[in-house]
Amino acid sequence: MIEAMRAPSTILPLILDRVTFTVGGRRIIDEVSMEIGAGARTVILGPNGAGKSVLMRLCHGLLAPTSGRVAWNGADVMEVHRRQAMVFQRPVMLRRSALANVAYALKLRGELPDVRLRHARAALESVGLAHLAERPARVLSGGEQQRLALARAWALRPEVLFLDEPSASLDPSASAEIERVIEAIHAGGTKIVMTTHNLGQARRIADEILFLHQGRLIERAPVGRFFTLPATAEAGAFLKGELPWT
Amino acid sequence: MDLKRLWLAAIVLSAAARLAPAAAQQKFITVASTTSTEQSGLFKYLLPIFEQKTGIQVRVVAVGTGQALDIGRRGDADVLFVHDKAAEEQFVAEGYGVDRKEVMYNDFVLIGPKSDPAKVGGSKDILSALQKIKAGAAPFVSRADKSGTHAAELRYWKAAGIDIEQAKGPWYRETGSGMGPALNTSASMNAYILADRGTWLSFKNRGDLTILVEGDRRLFNQYGVMLVNPAKYPHVKKDLGEAFIDWLVAADGQQAIAGYKINGEQLFFPNAQR
Amino acid sequence: MNNLTLAFQQAIALVASLNPELVQIVFLSLRISVSAVLVAAAVGLPLGAAIAVGRFPGRQTLIVVLNALMGLPPVVVGLLVYLLLSRAGPLGAMGILFTPTAMVIAQVVIILPIIAALSRQTIEDAWVEYREQLRSLGATPLGAALTLLWDTRSSLVTVILAGFGRAAAEVGAVMIVGGNIDGVTRVMTTAIALETSKGDLALALGLGIILLALVLALNAAAYITKEATQRRYG
Repeated sequence: MIEAMRAPSTILPLILDRVTFTVGGRRIIDEVSMEIGAGARTVILGPNGAGKSVLMRLCHGLLAPTSGRVAWNGADVMEVHRRQAMVFQRPVMLRRSALANVAYALKLRGELPDVRLRHARAALESVGLAHLAERPARVLSGGEQQRLALARAWALRPEVLFLDEPSASLDPSASAEIERVIEAIHAGGTKIVMTTHNLGQARRIADEILFLHQGRLIERAPVGRFFTLPATAEAGAFLKGELPWT
Repeated sequence: MDLKRLWLAAIVLSAAARLAPAAAQQKFITVASTTSTEQSGLFKYLLPIFEQKTGIQVRVVAVGTGQALDIGRRGDADVLFVHDKAAEEQFVAEGYGVDRKEVMYNDFVLIGPKSDPAKVGGSKDILSALQKIKAGAAPFVSRADKSGTHAAELRYWKAAGIDIEQAKGPWYRETGSGMGPALNTSASMNAYILADRGTWLSFKNRGDLTILVEGDRRLFNQYGVMLVNPAKYPHVKKDLGEAFIDWLVAADGQQAIAGYKINGEQLFFPNAQR
Repeated sequence: MNNLTLAFQQAIALVASLNPELVQIVFLSLRISVSAVLVAAAVGLPLGAAIAVGRFPGRQTLIVVLNALMGLPPVVVGLLVYLLLSRAGPLGAMGILFTPTAMVIAQVVIILPIIAALSRQTIEDAWVEYREQLRSLGATPLGAALTLLWDTRSSLVTVILAGFGRAAAEVGAVMIVGGNIDGVTRVMTTAIALETSKGDLALALGLGIILLALVLALNAAAYITKEATQRRYG
């Protein structure tokens, strides 16, 4: 438990060192090296099949790299895990009320019943779902469930929030709601790392773009420069809509 | 969450209900007997009388004689009450049983279809009836289950000079079942069958069947009772078991047996030796 | 048809008169099957969840064996349990042959694979849906298994009912290990078998109707609970 006492003040930067992920002979992620620091909202772009979702899962720890290293600025795996959260493309809710779903996540973090109910309610309020607290989570609309997933992730007060195509299955107005919440979470000090295939959304949200193509990180640039002056031919083709899938 | 509590409550309540009937520890013995004694209703009549007198509950496992003796060999019963003298005496000789006493007798009857294709009806001679059945290849149902009744049937074939193992053909139907099911089978195929009078009298699914041969002295069916040997199986309830055996052969038990009637007709005839 | 009408009349007469012997047999049947289901569920549900969520060598083989055991012939189970509990057998000293306890044991052996295999399937299907999210939130395998057990409770009710149905319908095993002793180990199914063998088909059918009605009532109650749960929690 000495390590817990030595818990670093931040788990960033996240460093990937020649990370490769191979499945059934196919290299889905090919020798990706990068460093992700605090502050900037990082958006990972790329055509379908580029490996964005797999890369996110490697960073979050749901997958282990076939070779290479994923390292955070903290020795303790537990600590590293506590300080992150992830929201998936489709929200996965338990068969309980919206409030109970958020409380469940807090229970896993060890919070006591009255404390976690208070925090859960606060999280619901901050995403505008307080009026649906007692409703069964699974009868909420797609947009509401995804907002609920964000509330659940936010309640954990993560240092880093991974989002894997969070509004891909939502209509534009729900999608806009999601973007507002992400903005608010960022404003609260959480590092945002997100994938999307929606260029407009990337433009609105990102501070920097990481461009992934066929499992390799081939371009990294501040958002403005990426969209106006892409450095690589693939990025250029992608922005023109000429690279839908790999 | 209140639904969760409801579930838990239901589980706890049913678990408690399960433990509750762990009744007062009553004295009881386990008796392995035959289907004829139970299905004729004799035990239902007799055992409450014994229980009221002695406070001993008699638990009867009613299977065929062969199976009852097997249960005795395994030590899973305290007392045996069956009707196959030869097998019983062998049981005692093997050291599994002690204190064998004769209790009562009833008789077998030959049942058959009213149409009586083998023309055996009204006779008092079981052996010639069986000969006619075999000669005419009339359908005949055999219990074929090592029961007392089955053993008796085999004795009659032998006494009639017929080697049934050789002589049997498609007319001889072996069901491997108790008296009731065998009677059911006979009723549905209009076949002849050897049955004990007790089971026949309380049997309801008669179809076209009726008694065709009765009264032959050879059809006499002796019941015996014995204790499973406590020397071999120390757990056997010797005192309680002997109380039951003694009651059966004493005046009370014998009188009770004679008192059991169906439609005014006595089924079992007490004949314990003094 | 004649027998059928007679059977209905007998059934109604028995129930209306609250025939004490019938009542005793019904309560004993319920007591035994409910006990068996409780024990089998207490062991089978966690077992199913553990296999669904766990990853260990031999897992696939175990799943195949468990599924196969669902088809274990009850009368074979009865024979095996009889040999175990007989005085001449290894557990003879317990003296529980020909008692309701032996019948509960036999029924547990018969329905445990059913409950374990079906709950395993149910929970594994849910695990596929929840796995990433639960791991992301930091659930341990044990915690995840418990969460899934509660989350799939609607479907698990059906699994438990399947187990109960099997137990209540069973006649071969309980006949062998119970001995169908009047007033002690006679349950609905063995009573039906006895009355049939005595040729009293109307009475046997009447008892059968009562048994069916009981099982139907139980299923209806469970269905209503299940619907209510689904409406409340989605």
